[in-house]
Amino acid sequence: MQQYPAELPNKGPRPKGELEELERIWATPKGFRMLTAVNNTVIGTLYIGAALLFFVLAGILALLMRTQLAVPDNNFLGQDLYNQIFTVHGTTMMFLFAVPVVEALGVMLLPQMLAARDLPFPRLSAFAIWAYIIGGLVFFSTIFYDMAPKGGWFMYPPLTLTEYSPGSNADFWLLGIGFIEISAIAGAIEIIVGVLRTRPPGMTLAKMPIFAWAMLIFAAMIVFAFPAVILATMLLELERAFGWPFFTAASGGDALLWQHLFWFFGHPEVYIIFLPAAGLVSMMIPVMAQTPLVGYRLIVVALIATGFFSFGLWVHHMFTTGIPGLSLAFFSAASMAVAIPSGIQVFSWIATIATRKSRFRVTVPSLFVMGFLFIFVLGGLTGVMVAVVPFDFQAHDTYFIVAHLHYVLVGGMVFPLFATFYFWAPMVSRKMLSERLGRWAFWLMFIGFNTAFFPMHITGLSGMPRRVWTYPGYLGWDMLNLISTAGAFIMATGVLVFIIDLVRNFRFGRGGPENPWNAGTLEFLPNDVYSTRSIPHVTSRDPLWDQPDLAQQVREGLHYLPNAPTGGRETVITSVIEAKPQYVIQMPGPSWTHLAAAVFTAACFLLLTVKAVAIALTCGVLAIVSCIVWAWQLDRPDQGEVDIGGGIRLPTYMTGPMSHSWWAMVILMLVGASLFISYVFSYLYLWTVSPEVWAPGGSPALPPWTYPLGSALLLTGGSALVYWAEKRLPAAGRFSLLVPALLVLAAALLAGAVGLEVLGHVRTGLDPSANAYSAMVYMAAVLTGQAAFATIILCAFACGRLAAKRMDRERRITFDNAALLYWYTAAQGLCGLVLIHGFPRLIG
Amino acid sequence: MSKGPLWTMAGTGLLVLLAGCNSEQSAFTPAGAEAERINILFWIMTIAGGLILVGVIVLSAVAIHAGETLRSRLSSERFIIGAGLVFPVTVLSMLLVYGFVVLRAGASAPPSDNGIRFVISGEQWWWRVTYFDADGNSFESANELHIPVGQPVRLELTTADVLHSFWVPRLAGKLDMIPGRTNVLTITATEEGVSRGQCAEYCGGAHALMSFHVVAQTPEDFEAWMAKESGPAVRSEAGPAVRGGQLFLDSGCGGCHAIRGTPAAGVIGPDLTHVGSRHSLAAATLPNTAEAFAHWIANNQHIKPENKMPPYNIFTRSELEDLAFYLESLQ
Repeated sequence: MQQYPAELPNKGPRPKGELEELERIWATPKGFRMLTAVNNTVIGTLYIGAALLFFVLAGILALLMRTQLAVPDNNFLGQDLYNQIFTVHGTTMMFLFAVPVVEALGVMLLPQMLAARDLPFPRLSAFAIWAYIIGGLVFFSTIFYDMAPKGGWFMYPPLTLTEYSPGSNADFWLLGIGFIEISAIAGAIEIIVGVLRTRPPGMTLAKMPIFAWAMLIFAAMIVFAFPAVILATMLLELERAFGWPFFTAASGGDALLWQHLFWFFGHPEVYIIFLPAAGLVSMMIPVMAQTPLVGYRLIVVALIATGFFSFGLWVHHMFTTGIPGLSLAFFSAASMAVAIPSGIQVFSWIATIATRKSRFRVTVPSLFVMGFLFIFVLGGLTGVMVAVVPFDFQAHDTYFIVAHLHYVLVGGMVFPLFATFYFWAPMVSRKMLSERLGRWAFWLMFIGFNTAFFPMHITGLSGMPRRVWTYPGYLGWDMLNLISTAGAFIMATGVLVFIIDLVRNFRFGRGGPENPWNAGTLEFLPNDVYSTRSIPHVTSRDPLWDQPDLAQQVREGLHYLPNAPTGGRETVITSVIEAKPQYVIQMPGPSWTHLAAAVFTAACFLLLTVKAVAIALTCGVLAIVSCIVWAWQLDRPDQGEVDIGGGIRLPTYMTGPMSHSWWAMVILMLVGASLFISYVFSYLYLWTVSPEVWAPGGSPALPPWTYPLGSALLLTGGSALVYWAEKRLPAAGRFSLLVPALLVLAAALLAGAVGLEVLGHVRTGLDPSANAYSAMVYMAAVLTGQAAFATIILCAFACGRLAAKRMDRERRITFDNAALLYWYTAAQGLCGLVLIHGFPRLIG
Repeated sequence: MSKGPLWTMAGTGLLVLLAGCNSEQSAFTPAGAEAERINILFWIMTIAGGLILVGVIVLSAVAIHAGETLRSRLSSERFIIGAGLVFPVTVLSMLLVYGFVVLRAGASAPPSDNGIRFVISGEQWWWRVTYFDADGNSFESANELHIPVGQPVRLELTTADVLHSFWVPRLAGKLDMIPGRTNVLTITATEEGVSRGQCAEYCGGAHALMSFHVVAQTPEDFEAWMAKESGPAVRSEAGPAVRGGQLFLDSGCGGCHAIRGTPAAGVIGPDLTHVGSRHSLAAATLPNTAEAFAHWIANNQHIKPENKMPPYNIFTRSELEDLAFYLESLQ
């Protein structure tokens, strides 16, 4: 008879049927219903698979380019196709591989590392993944019918304006990628709330696995960086479609505005890609050395510092644009400073290896990690070199940079990623990947990579610029290029060996070896579709090492929530810092709704690209309908308190700042605010460039004060109405006509406020396509208008819930979200009014 | 060759060997003051970086293979702070200061005193070069820049369409050409000779085929060249040249191209007044020979796809030869 320790949260043995119920609730749908699945391991695997597919596709493009460049004066690809291919290669690698694959690893690994049953918004991540797969495939396929963008992955105007890029090639980039960025943001919100709120009891922030820290910072960086490029994308598409001259110098715009916005996103992007990979390395090295990470706190500080610094570096992509010396000095110093946190991590890893208690195990993951260390340090050192401004004057936009960026990204991210595949495959595969094939893959990739990219340092300084489809034979670049091409094919062979390994050995399913590397973190607990059988109480950073019986206890259901007390999918929500259990979240299961939403959203954006406006708008409406049906099934009623073990009784419904929904809404508001701040920056930036087109001198005088005052009055009035409605929410099961009436009126005031603002400018004769100032004025209304559009839909949705008696004084998450969004929109609208009507008067 | 220490020369030699023999576009064989300073900076950073890389490899090897006593020195937070914080802060601070010194040295060169202005405009996909003399008279040329040796020369860089970047690796770093702005690049050639430059900012279509030459001459040669270049085209009385010249005008070439001293006064394409004396054709895409002229006129869309000149298949073989002879005679 087995002994069950008395101090554990739950007593054993667990009642019969409990496990079966968990399995039934969390079962993955079979057959074609697999498409509706939301389990993080299922969609996580799909996500990683799709990202890998794009990696291979973009890699094939790279091989085509290397074939073209193998010899001088080659005509293998031709100019136009080469320009399309390098654009699609860069775009795919950055937007369809690098960011998605790390986000995918977050979706896949985080719930397991945190022993949560799933991420808090399972359908949201599934939506993001499907939107990405559909949008990504359509975007990539443009290369097959000569429709691919050819303005470079950085899409600098004026080259990408209609004048120099007619046709819809560039629009595929702007709409296709812009929309995938939205999916990345959805994933980021999921990850932030997941890391902060679904940790197991006892796992304080200071005990969190480094990967969770890295993903938290990663997601926060997405929230602040991606809106800048989304705004840039909007501005460029508006200029292409309607001639609003944000980037045309002759009308007061500036091509450099795009570069500022793009790199304000683009540089953090590099660290967005690198930090999670570094986090994974910090997880693997302690296991290889069988000793806790040395310098855990230093690494956390380093990760945060990297995230912070990375927003102060964007101008180092613009050193050669002729910006003033003072800016050069500041951004040069900041660019060097960011090397320091990386140094701290590198030496922490070396220190951890040195602390090993036993022999250092040379396995495939450790080979990839050591390969990473070498390549990344080299890439970091060339990074410091290009941070020195005069040297960058030479190296910028040459093959030296091609070498540097591949050392940093392939070394910093792809090698850790392959280590990850070998290390964590047993979590979702019945078989481990092969050590023998893995070694072949590593050595081919490592040798191939260095053969391909090391010579490029020399090629670049020998004078070869980037993005050239051909070169003459007499400049001494031919041998170097031939070597690079050979290396590229060797590396590709390594990737091929890995794919063979996957085909032969990767079998999705449970029952692989349990904790094959003797790791210390929770993802190596025995797990199934429901994640772990029970949610452990964590007391240290390496619970599996420090609590030797933990796996057994968890499997037997002796820790928290060994069952499904509400009868549905659920997990424990804990407090942000201390991870104290707060409530049990009820989570949605498989559904067609988010899938339909993803399909129609993708269709809407892609059809807009080819100017099929009517069908596109129909798809847009269908997407919104799908979202409404999806959201209708959420906000489930309170199931009363449930017992999760250890004498802890938790509520099953939560509102206000403690609820996960409130957190997600606040993060969404931060996204909106980042977008708006990027706009304010753009407005002021263009003013510094072209004050001569600003009102009142260069444009019609502003409308009289009555317009903005009226608009402001409507916004504040609407906000007050929403506040009043909140106080009058009916009791459960009751209906009140007052609340919907107030919400409808508030929505009308919001629409009126935007309308009045636009009307005021129209009546002064201001034409958005006249100059950069007028375009910026209307842009403020566009931004407030789109927030208002979402708010109005949410208000209508709340009215519907109220009518269906699914919303009341207690069950009020829908109302809270609508109210938060309303107040946010009103606040943004007011800020916009102050800027648009105040600034020109202030300077005029 | 660089005036830097011996190892700079040795390293450069090695690289030139690796990269083949020609180096007219290589930053490793500087012929200008700015490029020389950067070359020295490059070698100092490369050697220091190489040592750091070796250091990291050695430390990793120690961590993996060494015995316990040696390893124990690496296994503390003190080691992390020393190697990961103190060391880089020290090294990077020194590098930062050095970088600023090089930057200032490049920016603080006094403008040349001969009063000549050099304005270069990037256009898809060639370079319009305009010289203004001290009296404000100007003349145009294309895809080739002549400068006097030993004097800092201020180049005013603009663009007629999209972004371009002016880059002559042997003389200096690059500087972008941006609509609505005039960026000023100062270069100082330290030796006579021809260097090759190339557009370094992706500018669409034929970006790969947008190069040019810079000819650094003694101040006397430069003045002589200016005097000749600013004048009208030389007339050749040879039969093919006369026929070619007439053909040029009759076929409407003058709608885009100017040849000073003739009715051809187009401003869309490169000025051809002295095209025969330049080092290359089509922005350093072809050698400057009569055959290349003929080849270009008939097949330019094949040689340089998407360029703004239509292909002229209307000429007979002998007409092409006359045209080519005429253009080649414009010395």
